[in-house]
Amino acid sequence: MLEFQNVVFQYDSEDFNIIDGLSFHIEKGEFVSVIGPSGCGKSTIFRLTNQLLSKKSGEILVDGEKIDGRRGYCGYMPQRDLLFPWRNVRDNLCLPMEIRGGIGRAEMIQRADETLAHVGLSGWGDKRPDELSGGMRQRAAFARTLLTGSELLLLDEPFSALDFLTRINMQEWLLDQWESDHKTVLFITHDVEEAIFLSSRVLVVEEMPIRRLVSFEVPAPYPRTRACLTDPEMLALREQLIDLLRREVSA
Amino acid sequence: MKKNANLPALLFLFALLILWQAGAMGMNAAYILPSPTQILVRMWELRGPLLTAHLPATLLCTGIGLAISIVLGLLLAVWMDASPVAEKMLYPLIVASQTIPTTALAPLFVLWFGYTIWSKVLVTVLITFFPIAITVFDGFRSASTDMIDMLKTFGAGKRDIFLKLKLPAALPYFFSAIKMAIPLSIIGAAIGEWLGAQAGLGYFSRRMMTQLDGAGVFAPIVLLSVVAMLAVAIVSWVEKKVITWRGSL
Repeated sequence: MLEFQNVVFQYDSEDFNIIDGLSFHIEKGEFVSVIGPSGCGKSTIFRLTNQLLSKKSGEILVDGEKIDGRRGYCGYMPQRDLLFPWRNVRDNLCLPMEIRGGIGRAEMIQRADETLAHVGLSGWGDKRPDELSGGMRQRAAFARTLLTGSELLLLDEPFSALDFLTRINMQEWLLDQWESDHKTVLFITHDVEEAIFLSSRVLVVEEMPIRRLVSFEVPAPYPRTRACLTDPEMLALREQLIDLLRREVSA
Repeated sequence: MKKNANLPALLFLFALLILWQAGAMGMNAAYILPSPTQILVRMWELRGPLLTAHLPATLLCTGIGLAISIVLGLLLAVWMDASPVAEKMLYPLIVASQTIPTTALAPLFVLWFGYTIWSKVLVTVLITFFPIAITVFDGFRSASTDMIDMLKTFGAGKRDIFLKLKLPAALPYFFSAIKMAIPLSIIGAAIGEWLGAQAGLGYFSRRMMTQLDGAGVFAPIVLLSVVAMLAVAIVSWVEKKVITWRGSL
C-alpha cells in the first residue's frame, strides 16, 4: 500500500539528511503506528508521504505507483482538528469533496451526513465547530479525512491534545472504525501504550537521522479490548519499546 | 450587564459636558467657546442648510472616496497576497507612505482639481486606501499555515486556498478596516472642503469661522461625529450578523 525506497530528505535549514536512505513497507489494511521521541522526524515521514515536503532522492510508492504529481491518494488528519470556524460541521466535512470536485452539492451533503452518522455525530451537522467537545471535534476531523475517499489514512497524533478519558474512548472508537472500514492506517504517536493498543505493527524510530524503522508485531488478535494490554506478552513488548526509546533519548 | 459596563464612561462624559457648560457660561464668549447647549440650539437653527445642502455634499464625497478606497485596497491586498514579487515591491512602500502627512498635501489637490468634488475625493482616498490595503492583507496572512497545508493535502490549488480559507479568514479584518476607514474618510472629506469647496460640512464650518460664529463652527462638527458614529454602528451590526466565529479561530 505504502512503500518508501531509499528516501532521502534534508531541511533547508539543516546541513544533514534528517531522513537518510529510509526504506519500509506497509501492507494494505494494516494499522501501523510510528513511535519515536519528539523531534525525531516522525512527522517528516508523513509530510513526505502527502507531498507537503519533497524528497531529495528515492521513491515513495502508494498502491505500487510513484506519488510524484499525484493527488488524493492519502487522507491526512492533522494533530489539531483544524475545523474551519466559519463553516458548520457538515460544510467542514464537504471541504475535501468541494476541492476534488466532480460531485453535486446535494450528493456532498448526503455523503457528509452519512459519514457524520458513521462516526456517531448524526444530527450535529448544523452545529458550529465551537459547539462540539474536543472528542467530537476529532471525530468530525476524522470524518473529514474519510471523505477524501482515500484508502490510506495518515493520522498525526490525533488524540494527543485530549484529556485521558476522552483519549482512551477515542482509541476504542478508532479501532471500531478501522475494523469496519478496512482502511490502511499509518498513525503517529509518542504514547507507547496507545501504539500497542491500536496497531497490528509498531515501527520505532531508533536513530537520528532516520535510516531505518524497527518493526514489532503486536501479539494480540482483533477485536481488542483494553484488557489485552495486561497480557504478559503485551507488557513485555511495552517494556521493550520503552527501553528502546529511553536508550535513544539518553544517547 | 453591558449597560452597567458603559455607565462609568457615560457619567464621566456627562461630567465633562457640565464642566464645559459651566466654563463657557463663565467665560461668556460664545464666538470662541460656545457652550454645549448653545451648539445644540445653533444646530437646530441651521438644520435647513446643514441637512439639505451640506451634509449630502460631504456624504457624497465620503461615499465615493470610501468606495474607491475599498475597491483599490482590496485589489492591492489580493495582488500582494497572490504575488510575492508584488508584496516585496509594494508592502514596504505602503508602510513607509503612512508617515507622509497626507492632509498637508491637500492644498495641492485643490490646485489640480479646483473646487470640484474630486479634490476632496482624492484626499479621502489617500487617507483611507492604505489602512484598508494593509489590514486586509494582514487578514489574508492570518490564515493558519496548518490549514493551508491541510487543504493542499486535499489537492487544493492557490485559488481554492484563497476562496475557501484566506477570504473567510480575512473577513473580520475587512470589517475592522472599514470601521477604521469611516471616520478617516469623513476627516478627509472635511479637510478637502475646508481648503476649497462650494458646499459640504467642512466648508460650512469654515464659513462660520470667518463670521466668528463659534457655535456655528461646532454645529457641523457635531453632525459629522454623529454621522461617523452611526455609520460605524451600522457596520458593527452587519459584522455581528456576518461573523459569528470571531475569536474561535
